[in-house]
Amino acid sequence: MSGGSTGAEQRGRQARRQFLGRVGAATAALALTPGLRLIDLAGARPANEPASSAQRWGMLIDANKCASGCDACVRACNTEHALQSHHGPSTDAQWIRKVGLRDRQSGATTSLPLMCQHCKHPPCVDVCPTGASFRRADGIVLVDKHTCIGCRYCMMACPYKARSFIHEQLDNQKSYAPRGKGTVESCTLCVHRIDEGRGRIPACAEACNGQGHRAMLFGDMNDAQSDLAKELAKNPGVELRADLKLNLGIRYRGID
Amino acid sequence: MTRLFAGKPAPTGGFLLAFFVLFTTLVVADESRVPIPSISKGKGEQCVEPTDVMRRDHMNFLMHQRDATVHQGVRATKHSLVGCVDCHVQRDTGGQAIPVNAPGQFCQSCHQYAAVELDCFECHATTPDSTAAALQ
Repeated sequence: MSGGSTGAEQRGRQARRQFLGRVGAATAALALTPGLRLIDLAGARPANEPASSAQRWGMLIDANKCASGCDACVRACNTEHALQSHHGPSTDAQWIRKVGLRDRQSGATTSLPLMCQHCKHPPCVDVCPTGASFRRADGIVLVDKHTCIGCRYCMMACPYKARSFIHEQLDNQKSYAPRGKGTVESCTLCVHRIDEGRGRIPACAEACNGQGHRAMLFGDMNDAQSDLAKELAKNPGVELRADLKLNLGIRYRGID
Repeated sequence: MTRLFAGKPAPTGGFLLAFFVLFTTLVVADESRVPIPSISKGKGEQCVEPTDVMRRDHMNFLMHQRDATVHQGVRATKHSLVGCVDCHVQRDTGGQAIPVNAPGQFCQSCHQYAAVELDCFECHATTPDSTAAALQ
């Protein structure tokens, strides 16, 4: 925020900027031939409109492209949401972690990032006694920490160990990522970035691209024109523990 | 006093009563253990709602906005807690933001006076973060 200008002016300026951004996006999209769009318009939901089931946010992770020594995605997530280490990995919050696989027969190793899989039928939501654990209309599974009582049933129900409990009093949280002692949390698919409607991708995928690996492709699974949907149409990849039939928002390649 | 209760007002009795009430009020105000909160002015000309409405209903606005934001992803900034902090945060002489829940600050001073626990900031940021402006 620049000094000297008022809050009302700031708000007005931001609204104008957002409006101009959207107009610009629409013009760019119209200027090109159908089927060839620079900007994915499905991502442009105005800030005052609720998330809708017209979208389903998801990700395709290619384990072949994921480097075994690299943890850029984990560090980016920790920085984005101000996750700090307190008493070591057994109790620290982990929204995303790197997992190494080794084939016993051949000895071949695979590395992949693992986080909340954003199930269509999430077991964490089924077991939550207060309704704090919920699936948003656009497929993102979240915790409403206002109603979370910290019982941790969801942590037990999750087949992917994706959720963390906060044991410590926290400070220096980010304004867009409120976090506090006594609640459970997990990957939000960087919902604050999605809600901006400016096409920003989650911090982990951004960091992966920054490293040049491009192993994490984020997008709208429902939009046939999105890069993600096109890739999935070519090769749907696999779901982890597909036998549970949870219909995951995160798909993997290179681990079948 | 009995004459007052009997419904027969006497000018001297009324005067004494008025004096007594005035005197007691002054004494109580003087001896109050909790100082009247000094509300620091926020940025800009006015708040998102008239001041008297905000004093009475800010918690309802925040509750409504919170559900819309968490469950539906509606991030209109009018009644957002981040907006409150952005406008009402005070800065020290070094330009550092002072947490809004610190003693004497905007949120805390009133909540302390009204003896209402302020637990928003168990989780929420108490100062604007550098990227907040870009995110809203």
